[in-house]
Amino acid sequence: MLQSPTYLRTFGPIGDRVAALGWSLLIISSVVVLVVSVLVLAGVWRRGTRSFAPVERAGGGLRWIVIGGIVVPTVILVVVFVLTMVTQAAVASPATAPGLTVRVTGHQWWWEVQYLDPSPDRIATTANEIHIPVGRPVRIEVAAGDVIHSFWVPELAGKTDLIPGQTNVTWVQADHPGVYRGQCAEYCGLQHAKMAMSVVAEPPAAFDEWLARQRQPAAPPSEPDLKAGAAVFAGSACALCHTIRGTMAVGRIGPDLTHLAGRRTIAAGTLPNTRGYLAGWIANPQALKPGTVMPAVPLESTELQVLITYLQSLN
Amino acid sequence: MAATAPPAAPTPPLHERLLRIWETPPGLFGILGTVDHKKIGKRYLVTAFAFMLAGGLEAAVMRAQLTAPNQRLLSPETYNQLFSMHGITMIFLYASPILSGFSNYIWPLMLGSRDMAFPRLNALSYWLFLFSGLFIYSSFLVGQAPDRGWFAYAPLTEGAFSPGLHMDFYALGLLFLTVSTTVGAINFIVTLFKLRAPGMSINRLPIFIWGTLTTSFAVLFAMPSLTAACIMLYFDRRFGMHFFDAAGGGHPLLWQHLFWIFGHPWVYIVVLPAMGIMSDMIPTFCRRPLVGYTFVALATVSTGILGFGVWVHHMFATGLPDLSTDFFSAASMVITIPSAVAVFAWLATIWHGRPVLRTPFLFAAGFIVLFVIGGVSGVATAAVPFDRQLTDTYFVVAHLHYVLVGINVFPVIAGFYYWLPKMTGRMLNERLGRWNFWTMFLGFNLGFFPMHIAGLLGMPRRIYTYPAGLGWGTVNLVTSIGAYVFAVGVVLFLVNVLWSIRRGPPAGPNPWDAPTLEWATTSPPPAYNFEVLPSIGSRHPLWEDRLAEGAARSVLDRGPALDEGRETLGITPLDAEPSEILTMPEDSLYPFLLALSLLVTFYGLLTSVWALAIAGGVLVLAMTVGWLWPGPEPEAA
Repeated sequence: MLQSPTYLRTFGPIGDRVAALGWSLLIISSVVVLVVSVLVLAGVWRRGTRSFAPVERAGGGLRWIVIGGIVVPTVILVVVFVLTMVTQAAVASPATAPGLTVRVTGHQWWWEVQYLDPSPDRIATTANEIHIPVGRPVRIEVAAGDVIHSFWVPELAGKTDLIPGQTNVTWVQADHPGVYRGQCAEYCGLQHAKMAMSVVAEPPAAFDEWLARQRQPAAPPSEPDLKAGAAVFAGSACALCHTIRGTMAVGRIGPDLTHLAGRRTIAAGTLPNTRGYLAGWIANPQALKPGTVMPAVPLESTELQVLITYLQSLN
Repeated sequence: MAATAPPAAPTPPLHERLLRIWETPPGLFGILGTVDHKKIGKRYLVTAFAFMLAGGLEAAVMRAQLTAPNQRLLSPETYNQLFSMHGITMIFLYASPILSGFSNYIWPLMLGSRDMAFPRLNALSYWLFLFSGLFIYSSFLVGQAPDRGWFAYAPLTEGAFSPGLHMDFYALGLLFLTVSTTVGAINFIVTLFKLRAPGMSINRLPIFIWGTLTTSFAVLFAMPSLTAACIMLYFDRRFGMHFFDAAGGGHPLLWQHLFWIFGHPWVYIVVLPAMGIMSDMIPTFCRRPLVGYTFVALATVSTGILGFGVWVHHMFATGLPDLSTDFFSAASMVITIPSAVAVFAWLATIWHGRPVLRTPFLFAAGFIVLFVIGGVSGVATAAVPFDRQLTDTYFVVAHLHYVLVGINVFPVIAGFYYWLPKMTGRMLNERLGRWNFWTMFLGFNLGFFPMHIAGLLGMPRRIYTYPAGLGWGTVNLVTSIGAYVFAVGVVLFLVNVLWSIRRGPPAGPNPWDAPTLEWATTSPPPAYNFEVLPSIGSRHPLWEDRLAEGAARSVLDRGPALDEGRETLGITPLDAEPSEILTMPEDSLYPFLLALSLLVTFYGLLTSVWALAIAGGVLVLAMTVGWLWPGPEPEAA
């Protein structure tokens, strides 16, 4: 239970305010349900019979409607509405202007992540894993590459839809280091279920280091195995769809793999990023995530081994 | 014999003369040509219930897949088709048509009339409903059932992202169905204004009538939006237009606005008549009039109107400006008030009455609790920032099932226990009824309450599987168990109905000692409903001697017999003064043939066989002409 990405136990200013609103609503709701249920049960208990009594019009009763149906609900709703507005105002924008903008583009079924920068060669591109500095607000621009998706990291903030034809803007902030699971929340087709991601909140220094590394192209392969692996990548279907910055591979259909080895998962949070899963994913992606755009790449066993060695070197 | 025979040719007794006029002849013509609202109503009930069983089966299979993490029972293709068809079936082919069934059967009886205003349109709306439902379900035969959800958000539904016929079945099938729903709504509205019993002024209408009336007006205003959206979707898919294609100058949010401008009023369309059933039934079992009749009638109408101002609460995460989301947030909270009024009217009726704990009342009491749970979780989704966490999670799945099962299915089952004796003349089994109630009530709560928790634990909707280690396994297992218990409850209900039809004790005209007019005639009612048309002196025609509400008295045993042809009495719309004698149409095959021609047209549009579509269109025209061709009307005067 404790590992659930629940929005009632949160780790950032948006999530915290909204969770407070949520708890208030859940408590108010529970009280209302309890009161009405007791009234139904007690009414049946005290007044119920087994046989048909004579029909009569007992007086009164309108007071029930005026108090229970109009006055009390109005008071409750005014309170709820004020809480709602106050919370909405509080989470509309961060206390300090964000210094960092991340552009998240949804694709069937993975997340493209770009760290924007005024100079194009400093833009870092990655996928399915968003690193942010702890304690600092980050501006998030969301866009859709194909159909509607929804950006959602429950422990940090509510959803913002990714909609073709418009760019929506939101922000997140994590106050504690950690890995927060996110998942696409708008039905986006066959593999909507397997379109997850994670937000990794780390101390600012570690984050700066990470971002600096992401901006770099891949290191040229030095050892023979790695060179062989790079050759397999360049010579097979891989390079048609994927980019490894610093090489000839500039495909844009699949995730940027320049620093693949640093990521925790592959296939949008579907599989752990280990040698075995990488091999399985490359050899038969349709078995692991039926319908994924990634085709099976027919490779000799030795080719596959050096390819994976190369991919695992992309730090 | 000759000696005892009366001198003149005997006039057969009134009921025989009326039967000769009104009864549908047996045989194929009678089956396909009947315009009797009672037969049509029963067909609606049976057909809609059958669709509900189909939708339930789809849900049962899905629940098996979700019982544990990483199950491989269903492929994602199959799962996506099942959850889409489950929604389409329950929303479009069950929830609204089942209420049309009750309304069709009960309205003329409750209003003291001999039929609906347009009996042939009534037959047409049934055939259109049946054929559009079969059209949508025929998608399974080619393995291409709709797979983009009942809400079908563009651009996922556009040709580029949804090849095949899946969503053509959806767009055309719903377009087809909207004709049926619109025709039905017009019929109810005109029936209300023209065919009430004399004296039944609007302050004497049963709340069920208010519910269906409000719903019918809402249909007229909500449907065009869905119709437009479906036509646009079909044009985008088939002719490469760009209504929802951002790259071509369209916009995906256009679909969402059009869909929810229809979709949210539709929620009230499928609950208001059901709430009306409850508002009329609870007083019967509490042995007193409804507390706050006027409040409840006004609440019904205002819910129908306010229902048009809340659609954006489905779109809080789409990036609309705060000002507009706040407006719709406020509207979505205000709409709670009329519901609260109704709830406390029912509670007051219980507390100021003597509730009889028979099966229909058990369902009514359970319904109140489920209604409130569904209502408060609805308020949570109106709170914009919290909704952006809740939306598209299982919390919303829980909420909508509390609304649709709590406020539609429970009243519907209650309605069957209440009115089936009127329809068949036989009672249902009381003991089995209790088992039925408790199995459904406990099963439902066991199954659907944990969905709230799954949602709060961060589980999104519409996923065919989920990984282990997120804490979602246990709640899903419990949900699946509860869903199957609920299904057992539905089976118990079916068993009870079958038992009742074969062995049920005779019901008599008024087994519940209920106050409204449908209980003034025999069970089952004759083809002509009432031998003489009643006139009404109060809100509770069958209770008025005991209530002493005023000097006016309803007259049930004297009145116009109208035995010279298919005729019923027309009234002035507001005051319910008798104004004319209306000639009602004979049975006819044209409604059936017209609906069948339209089915041909839609298969032509589906397959792009334009010749077939045009041929169907010509047939539709021909059938319409034949329908309207002036025939040798039986001259009454």
